[in-house]
Amino acid sequence: MDFYNRLMNLDRRWVYLVVGIAVIIPVLNPFRVPVFVTQEVRSIYDFVESLEPGDIMFLAIDYDPQAMAEVHPMARAIMRQCFAKDVKLIISALSQNGPGMAEQLISEVAREFGKKSGIDYCYLGYKPYFGLVILAMGQNFRIPFPEDYYGVPLDSLPMMRDVRNYDDVKGVVDISSGNITDAWIIYGNGRYDVKLAIGVTGVMTANYYPYLASGQIFGLMGGLKGASEYEALSKQGDRAIKMMSIQTTAHIVIVLFIVAGNIGYFMSRKKNKK
Amino acid sequence: MRREIPIAICFLAGIFYTLELFIPHRQVLSIFETVRQWAQILIAFAYVLAIANILRVNFHAIQKNQRDWPYKVVLIVSLFFMITLGIFFGGIGEGTIFDWVYYHAQYPLQSTMFALLAFFIASAAFRAFRIRTLEAALLAVTAVLVMIGRVPVGEELWNNFPDFTEWIMNVPQLAGKRAIMIGAALGAISTALKVLTGLERTYLGGE
Repeated sequence: MDFYNRLMNLDRRWVYLVVGIAVIIPVLNPFRVPVFVTQEVRSIYDFVESLEPGDIMFLAIDYDPQAMAEVHPMARAIMRQCFAKDVKLIISALSQNGPGMAEQLISEVAREFGKKSGIDYCYLGYKPYFGLVILAMGQNFRIPFPEDYYGVPLDSLPMMRDVRNYDDVKGVVDISSGNITDAWIIYGNGRYDVKLAIGVTGVMTANYYPYLASGQIFGLMGGLKGASEYEALSKQGDRAIKMMSIQTTAHIVIVLFIVAGNIGYFMSRKKNKK
Repeated sequence: MRREIPIAICFLAGIFYTLELFIPHRQVLSIFETVRQWAQILIAFAYVLAIANILRVNFHAIQKNQRDWPYKVVLIVSLFFMITLGIFFGGIGEGTIFDWVYYHAQYPLQSTMFALLAFFIASAAFRAFRIRTLEAALLAVTAVLVMIGRVPVGEELWNNFPDFTEWIMNVPQLAGKRAIMIGAALGAISTALKVLTGLERTYLGGE
């Protein structure tokens, strides 16, 4: 087998090895890359910035630990930005494996900003089947969640006293790694006209541009890049910005593999023709 | 009657949910809320059914010594281990054993599984993006452009690269995606109408 044929039929283990090295190098030798901010991320930042102290925003943390690397920095940066501005948060976690992870993030950020459960934020937790929960919250948060995550009745929480449903929150930001986002768009925005923005994993991003163009969502953060853009704008953390160097090297390596594969393909075809 | 009653229930439930959208009367909303709570209870029972099904399928595989049966043993043991921790060892709150296992086992395991995707994507891209036809060429070139534009290298190569990538996402990508979504939505509506009117009955067990 000649060189080009070998290049074209490269064993996948070599691909894994090179990608592994490309990912490890920036971890061992961290470097920063510039961040280009897109309009769809800036819209979310501008929305949160426009909120006044005491306003209430709904943050839906709808992902499992598997998507943490990409979307956790988004949730963290938004939460920090809200708490820094004294904006109150109602938080839910409608993904099955997410409530514990969301709780850890909330406790960590709340502790950092000296925020108290029931006064500055209300963590609702998880209830089965997100579609029905989102619909029910449109009528009253107390229907699916008579108590918060810690077992305290919602009526006894000072910040929830005059809060009934989506009409009492300024908007919803859904950070998700699955089809819960669709339910927020269909039921939250479609049914109750909630002002909605989303943050999703990189592979999901392309699916949601139509909703952005139609105005059903006013902002979109896509994957680690979206998270890094939000961090750059809000100046609340730099985890995603740091990780962008890893994504950069990984993308370059994948592009090089695509080019190499095609060189092998064209050259071996040329040879075969001869 | 074994077919007529489920079809009637399906028809009435579907019509009720459709009409409810157009009649925002308090009485209607109240019935809607009750039905929704029934649905939530049913879904909770579906989880129990799912566990029963997992046990049935995996026990069967273990009994028959099927391929990878030791993994099925791990699955069943882990399932009962977590249920036992959650029910009998202080619940699932912060500081419990359940919480510790969640953070130190499930958390890293799930992250690892998702991280492996990068390797598979690299390998798949290497093999799949061969420019054999015009369509394949369009796909490969677009993928490369978006991949470069999505990282700062693009901006280093050409100032307008990120804007160009945004244009790809907002115009050609969006047009294609919208066409697929509209097609799928029309299909879903027609299927829903067929189910409601009883023309589509395969959900009853097939005919």
